[in-house]
Amino acid sequence: MAMINPRQKELIAKIVYYGPGLGGKTTNLKYIFDHTSPSSRGELVTLNTQGDRTLFFDVLPLNLGTIKGYRIRFQLYTVPGQVFYSESRKIILRGVDGIVFVADSQRERMDANIESIEDLQENLRQYNYSFATMPYVLQLNKRDLPTAVPVDEMKKLLVLKGEPVVEAIAIRGVGVMETLKEIAKLVLINLKKEFR
Amino acid sequence: MSFLVLYAEEYEEIKEILTALKKETNSRIALIVEKNGQPIAFAGEMDGVDTTSLGSLVAGNVAATEGLAKMLGEESFPLMFNEGAKENLHITLIGDKFILAVLFDKRTSLGLVRLRARNAALKLEKVFSRLEAKMMQEREKLGGGENPLEDLSEEDIEKLFK
Ligand SMILES: Nc1nc2c(ncn2[C@@H]2O[C@H](COP(=O)(O)OP(=O)(O)OP(=O)(O)O)[C@@H](O)[C@H]2O)c(=O)[nH]1
Ligand SMILES: [Mg+2]
Repeated sequence: MAMINPRQKELIAKIVYYGPGLGGKTTNLKYIFDHTSPSSRGELVTLNTQGDRTLFFDVLPLNLGTIKGYRIRFQLYTVPGQVFYSESRKIILRGVDGIVFVADSQRERMDANIESIEDLQENLRQYNYSFATMPYVLQLNKRDLPTAVPVDEMKKLLVLKGEPVVEAIAIRGVGVMETLKEIAKLVLINLKKEFR
Repeated sequence: MSFLVLYAEEYEEIKEILTALKKETNSRIALIVEKNGQPIAFAGEMDGVDTTSLGSLVAGNVAATEGLAKMLGEESFPLMFNEGAKENLHITLIGDKFILAVLFDKRTSLGLVRLRARNAALKLEKVFSRLEAKMMQEREKLGGGENPLEDLSEEDIEKLFK
């Protein structure tokens, strides 16, 4: 749920990175953290298991800059992708203003991608959030791997509503900022409509 | 509604209640966060603490505890307390949408914090109800003056990413 504070001249929105386990959600946030100046971001908090898998969520507060004198701040969250953390994913989605789906391009992960997208839709339904109007970007990650499924084939499988698709190699930062920019654009345009 | 407007008048009031609470209890930080993790307001010594991240963690903590409560057949656990060697964290729910967290150390006592936090939460609940009513009323007006995105252009967005 976006928040607007006229006194502080601030607008704050919540973005959630969703997707199958090991797809690269946390890697996206780490790259953004490492490549923004300390003055425009807060701490990257990660709640991990010992093996570095997300246990509950990661969160990174980010200042994108100003529009008409208002500071635009995004809170970037990731969910834990592993199937059995379903309850946690639902909690993190509450009040979401925009979603990035990080798909794993490896052939053997296609079923996991589809399962995760279905899980996302089910969780949105439970909150009565409309997927049709939700700002949504699809990131095809791990394009560097030899078993990566061709982009066209992935699009056929995963594109749901003509959303922007960004090819990425999150581990090297390829496509990470572009993804953020796409979702920021959609979220701001959507809020503009809502505010009216 | 999918957004919240913190009108200046209510925001000032919220800050006053927080500042008073912090002072009366001699605690380090008092902060309010929405249950979804959005930071609302804070008062106190911020040095070395990222209040936004702190708020997100508090909200996560509350969400997890509420999940637990539900599993155990409890309505909720309206009070939560974490005791550390130096710092203590006291959490109170404000109505069903907001959370009040107080970070304090040895300079004060749990009893005092609990009492004052409960009183503050009651006051805050009233302010937030008023805020909600106002939002309903002034919905149209938002487009008039308070909407920073009114003439949002592609250019504005491009500039953010330069
Ligand atoms: N080759 C390759 N590896 C990647 C890429 N992006 C992430 N990885 C690796 O994939 C593994 C999992 O990445 P994470 O970012 O932790 O995945 P996650 O989606 O957060 O996983 P969960 O927290 O379990 O949901 C790590 O070892 C990353 O280094 C990529 O573009 N290419
Ligand atoms: Mg992760």
